[in-house]
Amino acid sequence: MFGITDPWIYWAYLLVFLCVIFAIVYGIMNWNKEQKPSEVELKTDLNWEEKENQLKDIVS
Amino acid sequence: MLGSTIATIMYLFILTYLAYLGYKHTKTSADYLVGGRKIHPMIMALSYGATFISTSAIIGFGGAAGTLGMGLLWLTFLNIFIGIFIAFVIFGKRTRRMGHNVDAHTFPELLGNRFNSKFIQGFAAAIIFIVMPIYAAAVLKGGADFIQTHFEISYEVALLFFAIIVAIYVWMGGLKGVMYTDAFQGIIMFFAMSFMVIFVYSKLGGITSAHQQLNALFDKPEVQEQTAKLVKGGFQGWTSMPLLGSPIWWSLVSTIIMGVGIGVLAQPQLVVRFMTVKSNRDLNRAVVSGGIFILMMTGVAFIVGSLSNVLFFNDSGKIALIAAGGNDKIIPAFIKQFVPNWFGIIFFLALIAAAMSTLSSQFHAMGTSAGRDIYEKALKKKGNTIFITKTGILIAIVISVLLAYLANKLDTSMQIIATGTAMFFGLCAASFLPAYISALYIKRISTKAIIAGMVTGFLIGMFWIFFIHEKEASSLQLCKLIFDKTSLVKETGFAKLALVDPIIIAFPASIIATIIGAFTSKTKLSEEHIEKCFKGI
Repeated sequence: MFGITDPWIYWAYLLVFLCVIFAIVYGIMNWNKEQKPSEVELKTDLNWEEKENQLKDIVS
Repeated sequence: MLGSTIATIMYLFILTYLAYLGYKHTKTSADYLVGGRKIHPMIMALSYGATFISTSAIIGFGGAAGTLGMGLLWLTFLNIFIGIFIAFVIFGKRTRRMGHNVDAHTFPELLGNRFNSKFIQGFAAAIIFIVMPIYAAAVLKGGADFIQTHFEISYEVALLFFAIIVAIYVWMGGLKGVMYTDAFQGIIMFFAMSFMVIFVYSKLGGITSAHQQLNALFDKPEVQEQTAKLVKGGFQGWTSMPLLGSPIWWSLVSTIIMGVGIGVLAQPQLVVRFMTVKSNRDLNRAVVSGGIFILMMTGVAFIVGSLSNVLFFNDSGKIALIAAGGNDKIIPAFIKQFVPNWFGIIFFLALIAAAMSTLSSQFHAMGTSAGRDIYEKALKKKGNTIFITKTGILIAIVISVLLAYLANKLDTSMQIIATGTAMFFGLCAASFLPAYISALYIKRISTKAIIAGMVTGFLIGMFWIFFIHEKEASSLQLCKLIFDKTSLVKETGFAKLALVDPIIIAFPASIIATIIGAFTSKTKLSEEHIEKCFKGI
């Protein structure tokens, strides 16, 4: 296959491309899935912002 | 020379602008440590890929493909399947969520907070801070070697110039500066490697024709003569795997394929990137660019490295290893002899980009280990996170540059770059991977089990590196100094163990220690803590 006779090598070659195709298909199929950050993440983000603002107040 | 100088100046201008952007956008410690957790998925994927792929991948392992052939494509397969797909989807998504839940800004902090243990955070950070400078020195050496040769300046000047440029934008811009510059560097690398593979296949008459010529090359009597030594070690041609169980087979499979293929999952400077994107959707999207990028990096390097034998032989009657004069010289010699001049300049920039992108991430990771993980969290000292991290970065840079300076005094036959890289990947896998998998997937495992696994993996890994695995032990010379042997098992019934990479022994040992620890330890984390860690997962 592709001019390569050792199956261990042409399988490596083939798997490399199959893997990339798989990654592309996976990414496209899940392109818009799991978009919203969870409630916990939103709460944590707010917490961090509060902490940083407190630090800024202390420093200034 | 003039072309290279102009191209380098333009490259540095763009780099400076991106580093400045990173600096401007960095206002908080979250910005400095995890890019504010709002990095675009394409930037994250390019940054991940560019960090992963350094000069050792293109020159070191590309050269290995020139010597050993296309068997290295198994590493490309693992790089994509494990290094991108498994890493992003199976590890990355949970890492991102858990990072939020436990308020983690670094990989040691993720493990430490998940298992409620400052010791784990400090120990993991200490491993990074002690061992990563060796890997960083290897990358620094690769970059400085290349600059030295290209511009005909001294190694020391090249090293200082290189280190200072990277130091400035890491120090100023934090992870945002690092990731913006990584993305730019990744784009250069992508175009350079794309051109290379198209050029080589078209020069050899197409894909099938090129492989057939490489097949036929091994049967030529002159080539049989030139590869006699390799054949003794198990080599069977560039389009065949080496003989099963031979020294070359062990080196290819255990160190190159397994060591790097699996070790990628536990790289702290890569794991932190999962915590930089806004949502799991971004990781889904990043899988596309990540997969394509890695294919064009190691896939191309290994194909071109192998096929270079045909071009070298047709030109000079010598195989790549002999024509170039050494493993690490194959790719640079190939670029010098066979590609158009203008591409030589682009490739030079691509290599510098590859080195800088890896280096910037290493400096950042070492700095956060010393500053955030050890000083601020494990030792509980008070202070401004950004300032402490910046101090850690400076210390890490000085140590790495010193090591790179000393490394240049060592014997060049020691494959310093590949050795340093492999050591770090293997040690990370042994020390961190069982703990990392447990953190994400085993809810009720005890902290003591994790500590047992980490300490066992690290100690056995270090012992194997310094005293058993001949390739590394002989470079490091401690075994020779104490026992007057390049490996403890040499000239014993266990001599074949000297060929086995540390990861093959230390990683299973770490798993076993973790399992034993899990069954023998009675104290568990509270249900409340576990619920907090796994919320939303």
